[in-house]
Amino acid sequence: MADPTPAQRFIEAIPHSRALCMHLEEIGDGRAVISMPWAEELVGDPSTGVIAGGAVSALMDTCCGAAVMSYPGAKGTATLDLRIEYMRAAKPGQRITARAECFHATRTVAFVRATAHDEDTRLPVATASGAFTMEGAK
Amino acid sequence: MNRPKPEPVQVIKERRDTALRRLVGGIPYIRFLGIQFDRRGDELTAVLPFDEKLIGNPFLPAIHGGVTSAFLEITGMIELSWSMLWEEMEKGNLDPRALDADHLPRLPKTIDFTVDYLRSGLPRDAYARARVNRSGRRYASVHVEAWQDNRSRLFAQATGHFLIPNRDPKE
Repeated sequence: MADPTPAQRFIEAIPHSRALCMHLEEIGDGRAVISMPWAEELVGDPSTGVIAGGAVSALMDTCCGAAVMSYPGAKGTATLDLRIEYMRAAKPGQRITARAECFHATRTVAFVRATAHDEDTRLPVATASGAFTMEGAK
Repeated sequence: MNRPKPEPVQVIKERRDTALRRLVGGIPYIRFLGIQFDRRGDELTAVLPFDEKLIGNPFLPAIHGGVTSAFLEITGMIELSWSMLWEEMEKGNLDPRALDADHLPRLPKTIDFTVDYLRSGLPRDAYARARVNRSGRRYASVHVEAWQDNRSRLFAQATGHFLIPNRDPKE
């Protein structure tokens, strides 16, 4: 694992990640794992208690950005494009964990894929793929 | 000519505003982000007042990409629900006062959502409008545009597909 310090700081310095109580589980070499608890205030459908898709996309976006930041040489990043596919409703009350991998990066662009699971680790709640800007890579 | 007397404007406005309030007010995540909806006739504009907790990059500072995505997705979903609700309301099939927590129309489910980030979101209020490009019996395709100071300089746009809830009553 690469030195986690800059990326760890990266997530802890993000006010919105703090507002969603995101927790950095693992990071390094273009991969990141970030989790987030279910919360009443994040519910998107009051009839089912299912968390809003937007909250899952905020987690996915953060996780993808963290994966890019942990890519060797990366100094900064921003989302260019992010597509999310919602496979199933996340179980109310369960923690959601996103795993992102920056599987390719050029000097200017990073390509990332991610999945999100609740406590059932078989079928993902959502998958994502995106393109991010890459600053500072040689 | 024997046309029925039109309803007083306040009655119509009150009905429409109540329906919108009930639709939006029931969703905790909309409250969490602080999103409001302005209505002009059937046209909705979503407003995201800037707040510290929406920041994704504290050094610029800029709105979190996930907040932008969530804002656009909510705008698209509410627009789609609203267009269905509006149709029922105009046909006289729906009394918004009956729309309490247990009788809200079921919300569309997002199938996929693709966000195109055009500029970083500045630390100020953001606005968004959605257009339902296609709405069939099961699926809908919705496009959303978001801007801040200048309507013609979008900071993000998105396209999403939604699963339309069964329109038959729950029973």
